[in-house]
Amino acid sequence: MKLVTAVIKPHKWEDVREALETFGVTGMTVSEVSGYGRQKGHTEVYRGAEYDIALVPKIRIEIVVDDDDAADIVGIVVKTAQTGRIGDGKVWVSPIETVIRVRTGDRDEAAL
Amino acid sequence: MTSSMLLDLAPLVADPTGLDSGDTAWLLAASALVLLMAPGLALFYGGMVRSKSVLNMMMMTFGSLAVISIVWVLVGYSIAFGDDLGLGLVGNPTQYAGLSQLMSEDSNGDSAVPLILFAVFQGLFCVITGALVSGAIADRARFGSWMVFVSIWTLVVYAPIAHWIFDFSAGDHVGGWMANNLEVIDFAGGTAVEITSGASGLALALVLGRRIGFGKDPMRPHNLTLVMLGAGLLWFGWFGFNAGSALGANQTAAVVFTTTLLAGAAGALGWLGVERLRDGHATSLGAASGLVSGLVAITPSCASVSPVGAIVMGAVAGVFCALAVGLKYRFGYDDSLDVVGVHLVGGLIGTFGIGLLATAAAPTGVDGLFYGGGVDQLGRQLLGGGAVFVYAFVVSGIIGLVVDKAMGFRIDEEHELSGIDLVIHAETAYDLHATAGARSGSGVLGGSAASREEER
Repeated sequence: MKLVTAVIKPHKWEDVREALETFGVTGMTVSEVSGYGRQKGHTEVYRGAEYDIALVPKIRIEIVVDDDDAADIVGIVVKTAQTGRIGDGKVWVSPIETVIRVRTGDRDEAAL
Repeated sequence: MTSSMLLDLAPLVADPTGLDSGDTAWLLAASALVLLMAPGLALFYGGMVRSKSVLNMMMMTFGSLAVISIVWVLVGYSIAFGDDLGLGLVGNPTQYAGLSQLMSEDSNGDSAVPLILFAVFQGLFCVITGALVSGAIADRARFGSWMVFVSIWTLVVYAPIAHWIFDFSAGDHVGGWMANNLEVIDFAGGTAVEITSGASGLALALVLGRRIGFGKDPMRPHNLTLVMLGAGLLWFGWFGFNAGSALGANQTAAVVFTTTLLAGAAGALGWLGVERLRDGHATSLGAASGLVSGLVAITPSCASVSPVGAIVMGAVAGVFCALAVGLKYRFGYDDSLDVVGVHLVGGLIGTFGIGLLATAAAPTGVDGLFYGGGVDQLGRQLLGGGAVFVYAFVVSGIIGLVVDKAMGFRIDEEHELSGIDLVIHAETAYDLHATAGARSGSGVLGGSAASREEER
């Protein structure tokens, strides 16, 4: 099993969700996060005083998937979330040892 | 309506004491409008601070409203409008103490409005002036110390200045030196309200010192929609402030109403113009700040300029205040919400501007320099404005230092960083966590808060 984590632009979130649903993904965890990458933050001006805002708002999606599906899902996220401009985000995949469904106690593949 | 009720009303129609029902009705309404400026200011200021200190910011305004109203009625009004004790500096503090002397209709003399109403109207001016000062010390002042400061300040700073500038001699009543001897024109409080609040705010900002992280950390306004709503309410209330100062429902009030509208509008455009040219964007905070700047400048001058003069006055204030708010970074004083940049600078522009833009065609009937009146009035305005600045700055600073010495004016560093609302008021303004519901007070640690609630 794999954990696919994607950090994307907030306005791309709906598109990504629809594409993943079409592919057959049944659930995910989504959080509003902030951070920065190579693009750094942005500048805001209040009464003439400039503030460097270091953190940019992003959406983080976490999905636990079968090993076989991981590559396809990464492909879908990258294709859908891409605008070609700076700040599109990152996707990464990490191995998962165990998954348990809290309601039934099902383990691993049966819990996905 | 029964005939007996008609008979009861008859004496009011032909009032032997000279009260005018129309004038009285307008002053009643105008007083309520001035009161509305307090919650307006609370929103204006509250939106500009960070979310961890919005309640404290609003409480400094509401606290001023509560304590100044009472201090004013007990003693403040007498100091401001009692018979002069000599030299035009201060009124007799016991003459109207508690206002019970103004309860009967006979006490009104030949005034067209009840004097007790005039006293309350003037008291609400003091409330706004005191509340304005608090913008200079956002995020870091102990609430109890603020309440003590603003009470003493009402009696020692505001009331004497109000006596100088607003108390006109009439009959055997002797008033203040600026109104009667120097003949400064200040229709609704450019000196007494605006310059006083700015100078007092500057003094307090110096007494309390800079916030931790000033000029380094971003201290962004946490809710600009509150700021916009507050600015709108201030503008609405300002019609009561300025046009109410005509003390009657008459031509002067109507002219003042017009100039007040125009100066606010021009102030917003002036500030936005500077922003657009300098920073590239016309901001909402700039619009709100600009309209207030224009209103500040028209406060003393609203009965002295033409409608076009009001546009010039407002626009000049909008432009110069937009430039002046940057001064605190250059000189390193933390006037957190720009009481100096907006109210002191705007008040000086309005007060001095009378000397230039006044026209004899306006209700005050004096020509300024640009209308062929020479520099005579300008000199009076400069002297009056300067004197109020020096007095308010020095005395407010002394009161601030005494309060700081006696009880401490500033909260601990740790509490300032974590947020003043929680430590001073035991509240947080916003509970927006998804996890905050019936089972939890605020976020992860809400459970312990709920159990303590049950113990009460």
